[in-house]
Order: sequence, then C-alpha cells, then structure tokens
Amino acid sequence: MIAESVHMSQETVREETLDNIVEDVRRDFPILTQTINGEPLVYLDNAATSQKPRSVIDRVCSYYEEHHSNVHRGVHSLSQRATEMYEAARETVRGFIGAASTAEIVFTRGTTEALNLVAQSYARPRLGSDSEILVTMMEHHSNIVPWQILSGQTGAKVVVTPIHEDGTLDLDAFEQLLGDKTCIVAVAYISNSLGTINPVEHIIERSHARDIPVVIDGAQAVPHMPVHVGELDCDFFAFSGHKMFGPTGIGVLYGKETLLDAMPPYQGGGDMIESVSFSGTTFNKLPHKFEAGTPNIAGTIGLGAAVDYIQNVGYDFIQKHEARLLTTALSKLSELESIRFIGQAAERASVISFLLGDSHPYDVGSVLDKMGIAVRTGHHCTQPLMDHYQIPGTVRASFAFYNTIEEIDRLCSALRKAASLLQ
Amino acid sequence: MTPIGTIAERAGTIVDEFALFDDWMGKYEHLIEMGRSLPLIDEAYKTNEYLVRGCQAQVWLKAEAEGDLIRLTADSDALITKGLIAILLCILDRQPADAVVGADFSFLDEIGMKEHLSPTRKNGLDSMIKQIRLYAALLSHSKEVS
Repeated sequence: MIAESVHMSQETVREETLDNIVEDVRRDFPILTQTINGEPLVYLDNAATSQKPRSVIDRVCSYYEEHHSNVHRGVHSLSQRATEMYEAARETVRGFIGAASTAEIVFTRGTTEALNLVAQSYARPRLGSDSEILVTMMEHHSNIVPWQILSGQTGAKVVVTPIHEDGTLDLDAFEQLLGDKTCIVAVAYISNSLGTINPVEHIIERSHARDIPVVIDGAQAVPHMPVHVGELDCDFFAFSGHKMFGPTGIGVLYGKETLLDAMPPYQGGGDMIESVSFSGTTFNKLPHKFEAGTPNIAGTIGLGAAVDYIQNVGYDFIQKHEARLLTTALSKLSELESIRFIGQAAERASVISFLLGDSHPYDVGSVLDKMGIAVRTGHHCTQPLMDHYQIPGTVRASFAFYNTIEEIDRLCSALRKAASLLQ
Repeated sequence: MTPIGTIAERAGTIVDEFALFDDWMGKYEHLIEMGRSLPLIDEAYKTNEYLVRGCQAQVWLKAEAEGDLIRLTADSDALITKGLIAILLCILDRQPADAVVGADFSFLDEIGMKEHLSPTRKNGLDSMIKQIRLYAALLSHSKEVS
C-alpha cells in the first residue's frame, strides 16, 4: 500500500521513479486489475468519476462494520464514536483545502448540490430582476442550470463569458461583462470537457475589485492540483468526493464564514435546528445549519480517507506524472491522421477531448470499449460548449495518476483500429 | 433492397449471417456494412418530429403505409446505430403492419449483438423498437377504421 510504503508528498519526485510509483499506486486500486471484454481495463474516464483505493473502501466498510450509528444526537458510545469520525473528516477536509475553520466546510451530496445551495441560499435573496449572474461558456450544466432556475425565480440574467477557439477564457470580454449589475461570478476552475485551467486568481481579484463574490466549481481541480481556498480568497468553492477517489454521494461546499453565517438554511429538517416549536424555530450553528437530516456519514468518512490517500501519494507526484501523461498522450495522439483536438489551452489538466475524422464519438467509444478502454463520449454535460464548437460531442480521455504510458499506447492503437473500422 | 419472407424467415437469415463471424470485430464490420444498405429517410424528414427519443446518437425514423404493408425509412449520424436500425428495417420493412405489432424480437438476442452493446445502445435499440411498434399499431388501427 502506498500509504505505508511510500512517503513522498513533501519530497521531490525524480523522473525515473515515476513509473515505479505508478506501479505501486495501481496496486492500491482493486478495480484496475480486471479485464473488460477480455482485455485489461484501461480506465480513462476519470473526469466523470475516479476509481477508489483500498484504503477508502476499507474505511467505509469498517465504519459500517464497527462504528455505525447516528451522529450529533446520541449519548451512547457508538454515536459518539461515529460523530467523532464524521467531524474528524470535516477537519481533514478543512486542512486539505486550507479553510480557516470547520464552520466553513459544509457537506453536500456533491458539487451539484453545493452550487444549488449557493444559488438558492446566498444569491436568491440578493438578486433582483436587473441583476446579472456571470458564468462562462465552458461551464458544466451543474454550474449553468442552478443559475437559470434562479433567473426564472428572480428575473436576473445569466450572462456568459465567451471563450477563444483554443478553449481559453476571453478575459477581455470577462472584464467588460463584469459590471455594476453583476451580483455573482460562477466559474469552473478546470473545464471538464476541455481540461482548460482557468485563471481563477485573476477572476477573483477582478471580481473582488468590484465587491462581487465568486463561486468556484472545483470538481475537476482537486483530483489534480493542490487547492488553498484561503490563498485563492474565493467566496465559495464546491467539489465532489467521487472525482477525487472518494465515495459517490458526498461533496463539499466551502464558504467564507461571514457569508455562510448570514445565509438562510437551504433545507429544513433534523440536525440543522437548535430548537423547534410551532411558534418558531431557531437554527443550529455553522456548518450544521446547512446539513439537514441524517448526513451521508459513511461517505463523509470515506472522503476523509480519500484526502488522506491523496496527501500520502502527494500532489508532487500527481502533478509530475499527470503532466507527463498529458504531454505523451498529446504527442502520440497527434500522430493519428484523422484526429482533431477540441480545446488546446496551454494551461490544462490531463483531460483530452477529440474527434476522429467524421466518426461519431458514440461509435468510437463503443469500439474502444470492445478493446477494454473506458472513455467518455458525448457532450459531457456541457451542451452550450459543444454548440459553440458546432459538434454533437467529443471523445474524452481523462487521466488520473494511476494511468500509465503503456495505457496511452493501448489507446492510440485502439483508435487506429477504430479509424479503420469506422472510416 | 428489402428481402422477401416473413419476419421470422428474414430474422433467421440475419441470425445465420451474423453466426459466420465469431469475433466482435467481424460482427461490427458486418453491422456497419448493413448500415450502408439502410433505406434512407428523405432529408426533408430529418426533423424533431421524426427523431427517436432515448438514443445518444441522433436517429430519425419514418413509417408509411403501402397498401397493407408498412414502409420504414431511417437514418442516424452514428454508424453502429445505423447498422442496428438496418437490422430492424431489413426484417420489418414491407411487412404487414399487424405482423410488426406482434413481432417477436428475440432474434436480436440470437444475433448475439445485444451482448456487444452498451446499456445506452440497448436503451436506444429499445426506443427504436418501441417507435416502430407504435407506428405499426397506428397504421394497423387506421386500416381497421377505414
């Protein structure tokens, strides 16, 4: 196990050791050893969801086998133990993203719920019919539709920052669109379709210069790069457990304490109250005010294990290896005659969207699957972006730190086979 | 050219054809080849009205009556999808509408293609079958009424 055998998070990883480390980390992921359609699995759909290391699976299992109880209310020992584990995970997450206090860490079902929470609880009471919500062309539907719903409720307008052909944000246009009517800026740290890393520091600085709060969709960032919300100075930051090697159904909303404190609850129910009576109810303190009902305890504890795992593997290794995967993949894929890359930003994560000649992405994905290769095909929940490029969708290969150079060779040779079959 | 024969006879022919290929690559090649013989829908009908819902690729399907028979034309922007529609149309085009309503689609399992399809493809295939059955039921019903 990497957690026991390799401790390199603070050390410099030498180039020649990367392959050895990958071999080690792959052993931590039970699912990676299986065959699909008779071929060893090549899992390149990490932007959709990542696989789970043994330590996360074990932590979730042991919680159910040894510690399960409801949190925050029981006087009995098991309940206290479950509460301690649940709140320890919150502290782990706080440290992981550099938040000032655990009061700023709200557990949600995922990025989607976190963004909906900001839209409904923070933005809705503050928006009028002449307000504007500034998003970008490359947002995931989860950072578009909550704002459109809000627009329907308040009359506020959703304004879209355009992109350049290479898939980078048009920052001049952003500057112009950022105006007196802008009430909130919502932007992805990394585009799930193109891999573009957006200059969120610049966006936050320019927005704050006009006292406009910024919410960052960080779902694609945390699996690939260290995030420090305090240094970023973003107002809200949302991410999901399942994309960062943790369980599904758990996510995080970070919010500045002063903002969260002033916000009304998002949902009502148990655990989020201080006292309830028919003459009036008072709400619990942060962050519990936003966690109505019995939470996803096992998921939260599993998320804590995922953070531990990432910190043990270390972003130093993750970033070096993924940069090498990206460069190698781009170079080898470029040798394919009929390939067309969608999005070619210089600053990008290990996500590659492409088309193979005139072939429908769906066909390409089906043929790759026959050869054991898992990629995503379609619009990747970014239909406006696909409309912008006037394409029905793309084939997307998205890498994680457990992918190998050999798997890139398998992808390329499978794509050659797909091209001969489909063209 | 649509072959002659009942639904069961035509299905039997296609099952035999696919049985010649023992690997997925051969089956896929044959499927894509079949897609090229698909009776294509007129471009004018490639509209939302004729779009089959539930497919990841776009599929347009049109049914008309020709005497007692159902005439089916279709198209898709994805080759494998087009091949799947071609199988259906090869068996169901120019068949009596009421025979299509009651058709047994188990031949799809015998062809062995279903095991090679992703769940989304299977859902898409089911949507196509549902749409064809609906058209056939409507044609069959309108014949009874008239």
